[in-house]
Amino acid sequence: MTEPETKESKAPASDTDGDNESAIVKYRSLDKSFGDLEVIKSLDLDVGRGEIVGLIGPSGSGKTTILRLLMTLEEPTSGTIEVDGEYLWHEEKEGKLVKASEKHLRKVRSKIGMIFQHFNLFPHMKILENVTAAPRYVQGLSKEEARKKGKELLEKVGLGDKFTDYPSQLSGGQQQRVAIARALVMKPKVMLFDEVTAALDPELVGEVLEVIEELAEETEMTMLIVSHEMGFIKDVADRVLFLCDGNIVEEGPPEYIFERPDHPRTQQFLERFINL
Amino acid sequence: MWDMSYAIEIFPKLLSALRITIAATFVGFALASVLGLVWAVARRSEIKVISRTVGLLVDFIRTTPLLAQLYFIFYVFPQFGLTLNAFASGVLGLGLHYSTYLSEVYRSGIDGIPKGQWEAARALNFSTVRTWAKIILPQAVPPILPVMGGYLIGMFKQTPLLSAITVVELLQTAQIIGSDTFRYLEPITMVGFLFLVLSYTSSLGVDWLDSKVNKHLS
Repeated sequence: MTEPETKESKAPASDTDGDNESAIVKYRSLDKSFGDLEVIKSLDLDVGRGEIVGLIGPSGSGKTTILRLLMTLEEPTSGTIEVDGEYLWHEEKEGKLVKASEKHLRKVRSKIGMIFQHFNLFPHMKILENVTAAPRYVQGLSKEEARKKGKELLEKVGLGDKFTDYPSQLSGGQQQRVAIARALVMKPKVMLFDEVTAALDPELVGEVLEVIEELAEETEMTMLIVSHEMGFIKDVADRVLFLCDGNIVEEGPPEYIFERPDHPRTQQFLERFINL
Repeated sequence: MWDMSYAIEIFPKLLSALRITIAATFVGFALASVLGLVWAVARRSEIKVISRTVGLLVDFIRTTPLLAQLYFIFYVFPQFGLTLNAFASGVLGLGLHYSTYLSEVYRSGIDGIPKGQWEAARALNFSTVRTWAKIILPQAVPPILPVMGGYLIGMFKQTPLLSAITVVELLQTAQIIGSDTFRYLEPITMVGFLFLVLSYTSSLGVDWLDSKVNKHLS
């Protein structure tokens, strides 16, 4: 039996006692509650530059919320998140931490991109327009520049012949690939994937995972992937986090988590999946 | 009974009054369309003071009679320093009153936009203004155009109320002609016919606009 190839670990230890300079994202004592429901409990998590982190766990475990907090779709109840050396939800004013202004929030948010389970393409825009909208209206690129970049990226994800179609004319797999191009064109440093194949017919899942795998191999982009595609996570991730009830129960390299997990809850969860 | 030569004789007077009716409706509707959107956006504001105040104001105007509002604008506003002529008062009254109906229509269109659209806009770092202008409104407005068209037609039919604040619009003109000659049949019938033409033309226009704007959303 051959030893599984261990990837060179880019993962900083999550239980940091000091400041980890190589971490591009840091969650510190993060709590998130929706009313009485505590979804995330005192989370400490560091993500290294270029690291690919897989988040797995039962529904309600908080994995999607972890992504949403970073994408500023949810606001933390308490705690901080740092991105690339700056606080996301806070600003430092006269040595104190205050709630971030909209301007600051947008500045830091520009480094994060997200792909959603239900694609969320703009139905009233053609495919190329979907991809060029943000470069033009957020970054201020000219129509020609934006179209040039948009076309390149759409070709890269295999949709070079679909520029003038509307999202409703595309399959789910194609739409999700457009969504990836649309997020990529903004050149984020961190890309978040929230169960991006969960809403796809099985035969379309592969084409999307291929694109993500290429991204992982060809770029230095940091990626956080929430997924139930365990085989995919095992292939692509540098580190896997198993979450349950708002806590990181166990974490480690994929070979460790998927083949020799220590914690009984991890074992219990993974039992349900056909052996990897 | 019907005197065709009399009818033809009074038609030009009715036509020139028709211009007032059309002008009042179009300007009033333009005002209502803009204000209605302002209210709809304001009611979604996270600043409770804004959303609640606007909510109360809109509900108050929507549930009180248009005629009462017209009287108030024409007869009472001058006491507070705002004196408008009859036509301007009429247009303001119509615009303000109908803006409250249209605000509900806009709201229904906006609420129909899936949450994911807002989230995608935020993920791409769109500003609030751009999100509304490029993502939300272009999706919210086309489906509600037919309903807005219905309110346009409704507004045409409410313009006779303006006669109460001395605007000599179409119906009032017919009434004046009739009372001069004691022959009411022709003027009032013709006014009814003209309103029919206005309504029908408007609904054709709305249908055309609707088909142009909604054609790609299957």
